[in-house]
Amino acid sequence: MSDDDGIESVEEFEAVVSEVGAGEGMYVLRLYMAGLTPNSRRALENIKEICEKYLAGRYELEVIDIYQEPVLSRGEQIIAAPTLVKQLPPPLRKFIGDLSDTERVLVGLDLKAR
Amino acid sequence: MEFTLALRACGIASGAENLGKGWAMAIETPGGDQGITKSPTGITGLDQVTGGGLPAGRITLLVGGPGCGKTLLAMEFLVRGVTDYGEPGVFIAFEETEQELRENVATLGFDLDHLIEEGGMHIDHVSIDRSEFEETGEFDLEGLFIRLGYAIDKVSARRVAIDTIETLFAGLPNEAIVRSEIRRLFRWLRDRGVTCVVTGERGSTTITRYGLEEYVSDCVIALDHRVTEQVSTRRMRIVKYRGTGHGTNEYPFIIGGRGISVLPITSMKLEHEALTERVSTGVGQLDTMLGGEGYFRGSTVLVSGTAGTGKTSLAAAFVNAACARAERALFFAFEESPAQLLRNMLSIGIDLQQWVDSGQLRVIANRPQTYGIETHLVDMHREIDDFQPRVIAIDPATSFTSLGDFFQVTAMVSRLIDYFKSKGITALFTNLTPGAAAVETTEAGVSSLMDTWVLTAVEESNGERKRKISIVKSRGMEHSNRIHDFLMSERGILISERAPSGEETR
Repeated sequence: MSDDDGIESVEEFEAVVSEVGAGEGMYVLRLYMAGLTPNSRRALENIKEICEKYLAGRYELEVIDIYQEPVLSRGEQIIAAPTLVKQLPPPLRKFIGDLSDTERVLVGLDLKAR
Repeated sequence: MEFTLALRACGIASGAENLGKGWAMAIETPGGDQGITKSPTGITGLDQVTGGGLPAGRITLLVGGPGCGKTLLAMEFLVRGVTDYGEPGVFIAFEETEQELRENVATLGFDLDHLIEEGGMHIDHVSIDRSEFEETGEFDLEGLFIRLGYAIDKVSARRVAIDTIETLFAGLPNEAIVRSEIRRLFRWLRDRGVTCVVTGERGSTTITRYGLEEYVSDCVIALDHRVTEQVSTRRMRIVKYRGTGHGTNEYPFIIGGRGISVLPITSMKLEHEALTERVSTGVGQLDTMLGGEGYFRGSTVLVSGTAGTGKTSLAAAFVNAACARAERALFFAFEESPAQLLRNMLSIGIDLQQWVDSGQLRVIANRPQTYGIETHLVDMHREIDDFQPRVIAIDPATSFTSLGDFFQVTAMVSRLIDYFKSKGITALFTNLTPGAAAVETTEAGVSSLMDTWVLTAVEESNGERKRKISIVKSRGMEHSNRIHDFLMSERGILISERAPSGEETR
């Protein structure tokens, strides 16, 4: 896995998109949490809420416990917990913290103009 | 802490063993170390100045500006841990990738690939790009802890190096969280009982730029790289080492082909054995002048005089005699090439070539200006450790005055002498006295350190330059007090048996 795990080529991008089974506007998110700490729990609640409200039907959220997947978090260069990684649409972005700053999350997800 | 100490108790034995290496006689043993277990670094000289190594199961902060050798020192600590003490290590690199690290330390002869394959070492590159991060609320650095914990468990690490943790401040938006997390990380590392080296950039007002020293209270070592008169010297100082005595000076160190070498200056003690065996000077009549038997084995001899008085010839005769006794000899030539030296000595009937061919004599010729004084010193040490000679000639010791000031050269020569004595090596230094100066001045002011001082001079009389030789001093033996005539011809060196005045020599 490369350092940023970004999408390197058009082919790769399309492959990922078709795998997801949707066209434009599809969001692929990964939430890395450290067990069930208060921060992690809040982050999970917050992102679920945001997704349901703004991305209903066009998102995929994968939750990864870094305690269980230390190798995966190494590849993704995860050092802070919780970390939300927006894999699609590009550009790749990382949100650290409990995602309670909804404004920032929305701007970062390009769901709201800066 | 009891837990940690008990765990590390096995480290004591290996620490003590290590003290016997290299600078055997040179150990300055700081007293009152009962409270602290030390983890030997295996780095030449560093274990001496720290009195046995870094605090085991604790954290040592390594501070310095860019390019001062922090990363290499941290890496050597891990590599030696694996190769010399069987302690696996984890290297967390915030600045360099694994590939860059491998390449950089390959120059020191460390084969990281091999160590990693064998499972002795794990390198983890943590990359932090601030532009990637969006801070959206409370967070902690549990991800880093997990990665570190995973790496430690993977190789059962006893040693950890973190280079350099300050990158977190630049990479993450919330300094308050980073600070509290670093504090937590250090506590966590101590609880795991690993011996840890953390590097940090030197700050302008504080020891480190981000005040890491607040969190590391066990041991702080500062590295420095200075250029004086175009000669660069690296230096190391132990700023603090809680719970133990330590050397407080600045110690020069070099990064050489085989890793880092630290030179403890003041740790030498005057407690070498005094040998009673005598060795020939290589000139029969000079032996006679020295009570009939020559120099003491393990003593230090100075041959001084103005240009062209036969100093190098006396050095060659001495080396020649040693080889004839089937001993090994090392000749450091700072003015002539080996070929030139061999040719010139053959002209006075001293055939050194045969000893070079038989492998008993090694001639090492270097321009003194090639590198700094410390590098010369370390180089000489390496040659000596490598070749294990019984006899050494340094021709001339005065060359070093072009490299440093009076104090530095004197310090260097005294360190060399101590080293030779600790190994029972008989050493002969030649010393050029400038024509205008008093004959009994030695440029480096080292005569008081010498056991035997032979003075050569030229006297002009009756339209002729005549060589003279005399013994200024020779500790612990009866010696001639007369000035003798001294001739060099193709038959060798001849010294008049009787003093020119016709009186008996003593």
